[in-house]
Amino acid sequence: MKFTLSWLKTYLETDESLEALSAGMTAIGLEVESVEDPAEKLAPFTIAHVVEAAPHPNADKLRLCTVDTGAGQVQVVCGAPNARTGMKGVFAASGSTIPGTGLKLKPTKIRGVSSNGMLCSEREMGISDEHEGIIDLPEDAPVGEPFAAYMGLDDPLFDIAVTPNRADCLGVYGIARDLAAAGLGQLKAPDLTAVPGAFKSPLDVRLDFAPGAEDACPLFVGRYIRGVINGPSPKWMQDRLLSVDLRPISALVDMTNFVTLDLNRPVHVFDADKVSGDHLWLRTGCAGAKFQALNGKEYELDDEMTAIGDGAGVQSLAGVMGGEATGCTGETVNVFIEIALFDPVRTAATGRKLNLESDARHRFERGVDPAFAEPGMEVATRLVLEMCGGEASAMVIAGQAPEWRREVTFRPSRVHSLGGVDLSEMVCEEILGNLGFDSYEVGSDHLAVEPPSWRGDIVGEADLVEEVLRIHGFDNIPAVSLPPLKARAGAAIELAPRRMGWARRALAVRGMSEAVTWSFMPRAQADLFGGALPALTLANPISSDLDVMRPSILPNLAMACRRNADRGFADMALFETGPQYSGDSAADQHRVVAGMRSGQAMSRNMYTPARPVDAFDAKADALAALAAAGAPVASLQVKPDAPAWYHPGRSGTLALGPNLLGCFGELHPAVLAALDIDLPLAAFELFIDAIPVPKEKAGRTRPALTISDFPAVERDFAFVVDADVSAEQLIRAARVVDKKLIADVALFDLYEGEGVGEGKKSLAIAVRLEPKDRTLTDAEIETLATKLVDNVKKVTGGVLRG
Amino acid sequence: MQDLEALKAEILASFEAASDVAALDAARVAALGKKGALTERMKGLGGLDPDARKAAGQALNRLKGELTEALDARRAELEGGALDVRLGSEQVDITLPVRPEVQGRIHPISQVLDEMAAIFGDMGFSIVEGPDIEDDFHNFTALNIPPEHPARQMHDTFYFPERDDGSRLLLRTHTSPVQIRTMKSGAPPYRIIAPGRTYRCDSDITHAPMFHQIEGLVVDEHTHMGHLKGCLIDFAKAFFEVANLPVRFRPSYFPFTEPSAEMDIGCAREGGVLRIGEGADWMEILGCGMVNPRVLDMAGVDSSRYQGFAFGLGVERSAMLKYGIPDLRTFYDADARWLRHYGFAAGDVPSLVGGLTR
Repeated sequence: MKFTLSWLKTYLETDESLEALSAGMTAIGLEVESVEDPAEKLAPFTIAHVVEAAPHPNADKLRLCTVDTGAGQVQVVCGAPNARTGMKGVFAASGSTIPGTGLKLKPTKIRGVSSNGMLCSEREMGISDEHEGIIDLPEDAPVGEPFAAYMGLDDPLFDIAVTPNRADCLGVYGIARDLAAAGLGQLKAPDLTAVPGAFKSPLDVRLDFAPGAEDACPLFVGRYIRGVINGPSPKWMQDRLLSVDLRPISALVDMTNFVTLDLNRPVHVFDADKVSGDHLWLRTGCAGAKFQALNGKEYELDDEMTAIGDGAGVQSLAGVMGGEATGCTGETVNVFIEIALFDPVRTAATGRKLNLESDARHRFERGVDPAFAEPGMEVATRLVLEMCGGEASAMVIAGQAPEWRREVTFRPSRVHSLGGVDLSEMVCEEILGNLGFDSYEVGSDHLAVEPPSWRGDIVGEADLVEEVLRIHGFDNIPAVSLPPLKARAGAAIELAPRRMGWARRALAVRGMSEAVTWSFMPRAQADLFGGALPALTLANPISSDLDVMRPSILPNLAMACRRNADRGFADMALFETGPQYSGDSAADQHRVVAGMRSGQAMSRNMYTPARPVDAFDAKADALAALAAAGAPVASLQVKPDAPAWYHPGRSGTLALGPNLLGCFGELHPAVLAALDIDLPLAAFELFIDAIPVPKEKAGRTRPALTISDFPAVERDFAFVVDADVSAEQLIRAARVVDKKLIADVALFDLYEGEGVGEGKKSLAIAVRLEPKDRTLTDAEIETLATKLVDNVKKVTGGVLRG
Repeated sequence: MQDLEALKAEILASFEAASDVAALDAARVAALGKKGALTERMKGLGGLDPDARKAAGQALNRLKGELTEALDARRAELEGGALDVRLGSEQVDITLPVRPEVQGRIHPISQVLDEMAAIFGDMGFSIVEGPDIEDDFHNFTALNIPPEHPARQMHDTFYFPERDDGSRLLLRTHTSPVQIRTMKSGAPPYRIIAPGRTYRCDSDITHAPMFHQIEGLVVDEHTHMGHLKGCLIDFAKAFFEVANLPVRFRPSYFPFTEPSAEMDIGCAREGGVLRIGEGADWMEILGCGMVNPRVLDMAGVDSSRYQGFAFGLGVERSAMLKYGIPDLRTFYDADARWLRHYGFAAGDVPSLVGGLTR
């Protein structure tokens, strides 16, 4: 809401400084978003007299002006065609900064003649685009005086944010009323003098609502004014509107805008001669009716919308916008003024459905003062008569204002128990009284408070506590630290989010950087990664590129890798810890840790040869993150059955029986092609919610550590197995031979090719034996080795390589 | 004896002549080995009479001792030389780069969430979560925002398709629905924060369609607005790590709190640089208020007995203010350079004891 200081002062008698008023507004909840004081920028510029404008000795188009600034005479070289002897202009001295150009003036020489300062154009002053010549002030302009004050350009402009509950502050008078209550001045009442009606309005109003819809418009006040001349509005009103960036149109239209902004009372004016028939009707249920609004657009109504119409049809969308057909023009002679109360809910719904914003809608949907319809009509009438002449009828009043008087119980003690500040009952009553609330004591500890008609937002005791507190000042509430709670045993965070955190830090340790990407993505990408359900398609996406909830994080990471590659960073290691969605219930939102490496596994270096990222990079990341998150990694089964977006031969799943904890692998070449990515990508997805929750343990003690002083023995075996035998099978077959003695089985070589035969491969393992109670004898080792070779043969068909 | 002197000189010369450890060893064998010159002399002692044998033996033993000493000295000399040669051959250009290692980074959003959890956790708050896909009841109605309430227009809501029963789900516009879920799932008192993703159908320089919030809720029988101020001032000082941080509370409006306020912190903006805790400007950091009794009632909490406060804090905004990150949109781009510059090391786990930041 924009208004100027001088406008505010029409209702507020105050000596407070601009700063104090501004701080005061913010302190009572009318947040000042900006105060523009044009005088500040224009302060250095004064009115000057051009004593002489002589030709420049060295340039035809320049003039050499002797300027009386009021503080002495200076010489100024001026290029303006209208510079002439005797004129009054605006002088900018050396050292000042020109608002329109941002240039700082300094004494200079122009074509060999010294020039001190400048005579300015309107554009240079930043007040218009006019730059044909310098500002030409009237002859009687006082030399040496500030230009801004003389031109009335010293009126600071406030822009405040009015919260939706403060409908009463959508007018300058309401703001003044609140400031006066806060002690920042004396409220001046608007002129509500009644204008007597000289005749009976030839136009009537009928509230024609079906039962149940009467509240769409409980009150309509109308007035006929005949014989008006709708010329331009007077300068004072044009200035008011211009000061808040509204374009003056005509006296009648300007009046409606002015009354709306000034008194927060929306008004509409019909050209009475364009209304068909002898009455206006108001009703809902006009489905299908079309109507041309004042903004030049056509709208179609539905049954819920409140319409104002005449014999010809719908002429106005009640509370939102009037119609073109009955609008006022320069030829308008007879008018009918409308001041009504429209239902906030219906008005909001109509505006929203038609996507139609207006100052009237903004106010009606927040609620206008139900007691101010008739006073508002007096103001509107008086303004029309003043500006346009004519003669006013008696008011036409249809319906009546709804009962707004109500009592709210208020215990002043709540200001302390809820608000945290000790204020006496007297202080509370005084604050409420200043705000227009009536109150009287009804019990030993509570009051009955009646809010004023303009405060429809006040419904309960907490609202009254807020009123008292905001006028007293939130800053005057003593701050009290929260009292400590009993000590907590255990974490403040639940296990699953903690696991996400552990995985996050573990992956960062592994050189991966954390990304945060949108929860939504393009459908085409989602379809490559399992697809999004119709229920997970946004009805109103921000763009078609972000229209479905992500079924996987990987497309976002892949696109991030691509973006980085385009910027010259092809070798990326990114991960994200966030949600993915398999449905629209809370249980369908899964905590996922997903990661992706692109390009080369390691930047080019002299130590290790370059190689592209592969499935085993992803597997290592996945296992490390799972381990960090607390998954029993040693028990995981690895199977080559990852989802379709992975390379079928270079990917796998990590599972505990039927419980899938993750997938990893290189991305499918077809997916890469569809994403237009020309980089190797290896990725993993981990499902943190699927990690088993450990049993509640009595404590944090670890099992006793048994370590053996007997020497460990390592023996290597190489087996020739069929090519389709997995390393996992071989290792398992070796390991189970003696679970106590065999501490580790590590695969260290894979060989395929000459010497092992077609369809075969050689796998070499190192078996580490850690005896607990004795040193192993050669014979014992030999026996174990034989058993191991036998079991591997039995399980995998592999034979010891000769 | 003349003879022995000559032998000694001869052997010492052979030691001296050895140019490496192997040659020295050969010289040692030639002199002191089983068939060495000195050993042969020793064997010849048997043919002498006892007195002569004794004197000659002593002389030979003395010589042997001297030679052994000389041998050891020469060996040490040769070995030292060999090491020098080896060291020389093993020299590298120590200015060569190390094997590449990549530093991973924690995203500022996660880091700031961890910082906030550390601060609020210390004040006794528990951290809870709620779903991103919400229903109208939890996101609006239960928070005292009925369907036609103008406050709904402040929330540009993403909706899902209408379902058969006419209802439609939405992406939560704030973390406040977690207040409702918390209150409906257990009895007071509550002292929780709820971090998470939130969504608004809005996108420009200062708005992203997805962003993060932390919701706070404290409800018991005694918490009043002074506690709200105390808690949030304590938080802001700890978070921004400025002991005498200027703060102010302005009356504001949220349908789910009454009274409602916004909290500003003092800052200075000079030459495009924002300094927290000094200067004449104010920067809004959060919205808060006393939980509206209607919200308590709708969540099944007796508003005649319980009261408290709630707040909602923008995580990105806090990160931008604290760490001077200029552009909101860059948070979601995963730009390698941005992550390197604004990200945090894996080991920098925020704690109140060890410090929130380095």
